[in-house]
Amino acid sequence: MATKKSPEKSNVSKDELLSYYREMLLIRRFEEKAGQLYGMGLIGGFCHLYIGQEAVVVGLEAATKEGDKRITSYRDHGHMLACGMDPKGVMAELTGRIGGYSKGKGGSMHMFSREKHFYGGHGIVGAQVPLGAGLSFADKYLGNDNVTFTYFGDGAANQGQVYETYNMAELWGLPVIFVIENNQYAMGTSVKRSTKSTTLFGRGLAYGIPGEQVDGMDVLAVKAAGEKAVAHCRAGNGPYILEMMTYRYRGHSMSDPAKYRTREEVEKMRSEKDAIEHVRDLLVNAGLATDDDLKAIDKDIKAIVNDAAEFSKESPEPPVEELWTDIYA
Amino acid sequence: MAIQVLMPALSPTMEEGTLAKWLVKEGDTIKSGQIIAEIETDKATMEFEAVDEGIVGKLLVPEGSAGVKVNTPIAVLVEEGESADASPATAAPAPSAAPAAAAAPAPNYPAISAPVETKADTTPDWPAGTAMKTMTVREALREAMAEEMRANDRVFLMGEEVGEYQGAYKISQGLLDEFGAKRVVDTPITEHGFAGIAVGSAWGGLRPIVEFMTFNFAMQAIDHLINSAAKTNYMSGGQLGCPIVFRGPNGAAARVAAQHSQDYAAWYSAIPGLKVVMPYSASDAKGLLKSAIRDPNPVIFLENEILYGRSFEVPVLDDFTIPFGKARVWREGSDVTIVSFGIGMTFALDAADQLAKEGISAEVIDLRTLRPIDYETVIASVRKTNRCVTVEEGFPVGSIGNHLAAVIMQRAFDYLDAPVVNCTGKDVPMPYAANLEKLALITTAEVIEAVKSVCYR
Repeated sequence: MATKKSPEKSNVSKDELLSYYREMLLIRRFEEKAGQLYGMGLIGGFCHLYIGQEAVVVGLEAATKEGDKRITSYRDHGHMLACGMDPKGVMAELTGRIGGYSKGKGGSMHMFSREKHFYGGHGIVGAQVPLGAGLSFADKYLGNDNVTFTYFGDGAANQGQVYETYNMAELWGLPVIFVIENNQYAMGTSVKRSTKSTTLFGRGLAYGIPGEQVDGMDVLAVKAAGEKAVAHCRAGNGPYILEMMTYRYRGHSMSDPAKYRTREEVEKMRSEKDAIEHVRDLLVNAGLATDDDLKAIDKDIKAIVNDAAEFSKESPEPPVEELWTDIYA
Repeated sequence: MAIQVLMPALSPTMEEGTLAKWLVKEGDTIKSGQIIAEIETDKATMEFEAVDEGIVGKLLVPEGSAGVKVNTPIAVLVEEGESADASPATAAPAPSAAPAAAAAPAPNYPAISAPVETKADTTPDWPAGTAMKTMTVREALREAMAEEMRANDRVFLMGEEVGEYQGAYKISQGLLDEFGAKRVVDTPITEHGFAGIAVGSAWGGLRPIVEFMTFNFAMQAIDHLINSAAKTNYMSGGQLGCPIVFRGPNGAAARVAAQHSQDYAAWYSAIPGLKVVMPYSASDAKGLLKSAIRDPNPVIFLENEILYGRSFEVPVLDDFTIPFGKARVWREGSDVTIVSFGIGMTFALDAADQLAKEGISAEVIDLRTLRPIDYETVIASVRKTNRCVTVEEGFPVGSIGNHLAAVIMQRAFDYLDAPVVNCTGKDVPMPYAANLEKLALITTAEVIEAVKSVCYR
């Protein structure tokens, strides 16, 4: 395969690599299926696929412990699957059915799981940044050592509230990791067309927040950076910024023709930097797994995704009474 | 097994499109993710990627075809050695057009759905014979916060100048000394940011009270009040309630002009998921703020700078709360109902006093909470007096009075002897000049005039 990563850069175990492979593949197949269901009219409205960015959430989840929280934008399916939410419940929310995580009332962009400490799924660009800092404010107030992963994109990185939040997060020493998923396009506007800054994490330095840029297509590099950031936060040193250099293969949403970049650019990323192929190479080249082993995983994943799709079609629409429930707690 | 490729929906509103171009031909082997066609939607030309892999057995719809309905089979994929004419499997079954049975019709005006018979709650706010003490609205608000902070260590106050400065309007005076900087949190001047942090902290298990120096500044933060705080319980299927209070002075003070003089009562009251409180008296300020802090939902608590220094009788009780959705009848009357809230009550009560001297008996109702609204008390009163005037400081278009007029028309039309009249602030940005400011605000004289007009006097 075409990735140029060296397998010896980390002495990670076979089981670990296999689990990354499996989790990233689940996200990719799930998203492909979601795209298909969208095309069939079973998923409505906006649907933002995570294909290409899988290594970011899978690598960072590997650095978490129970109690840690996560919050993100509307490109959220990958985060939910990576933190262990049930693919059936996620897919059924996409189809707007009662079996979805929000009983069909939130949709693709607005899903939550208290049980898995996943706090959304937010449709307003940048809004999740202070919200995530607020979750970490609560943890600090309550005196536990939980950390909140607050994900946002390169587009949100230009929102004013991000910097209001940086200022307070550092001022108050909040245990929050700001994860900038820099997929290089804010809808159709490339980073170069939206800022003169050469890095996005570097803006945190003005507020005293350390950070770094990470190869977000390399799950091992992501995990290593995540562990460093988590250690910083848990030790009570305040926030940390991780700028994940990543790439989405699909359009911004299902209705984006993606004319702002060339097909060659996308193809190049897919063939040279693909996160899943990278791990596959590590496994195969080191003799840790055979093609047959990986095929068996592919088959498992396909079955999980098909079950989720089946569930999302069979689960009924919410009963009409649901129109009037959950307005107030 | 042969697989049908269906015409995809490629935008939220697409029902049909043009199959502009095939990028594969019959006999080609394609893999998942390969772009196989260009499809024109109502908005753009989209590349269409294959989901499944296989050999293109047959292209069913020629390129250039317009008006191809979503979910029409456009091609057949086969496996090696398989014929495209074999009946295709329904690997991608067309969705049923209408997955649900026709929904039962929603009630016409659910926000005000209630029994037609009205039953106003007339229980007293505190037992007869309770000892009373005189207290300003400012002191009442401070007592409410201090009592709730003593009772629950997850309650904390955050805002600009709430701590070391002791509050821009001295509502939080002394709280820093008693509760410390962990629970009385001074913020930088960043309303948008700290409102979002407060909402997140509520999801994280705390009970924040956010003080806006004035509600005018909350416009910087309104996305978090509405999109984050008010809507998330619904959007999460009931998982993520947001127990939070946003409080501070609202409406016009004196001579601070347009950007510092707006009444937001009607704005926030329009939002399902919020509760909205606008007290007039000190006892209501205290009892309602304590209820707000205990409420599991986001509460917008609209105070008034001019009322802060006014004194009222407040019951001396260990734990005194006022429930939401229960109006207070300040004065009983038989000729006309005057409905108001917040500082509007000043004019309503003044007008009632003067009208009494002219032989007009006005019933004066203080709504106290605007979401929920106590419709029952209003309707019962209007059915008795047959006339209604509403009084508020806010703008006239889309006002609370407009809404009440509509509800009264629906539920007490046959009882009305005159149209409902709304007394409001004028439809202008608040001017600075003293004379113009006076003209822009609601006055007692205007309320009296309105009452006389509905009484045909």
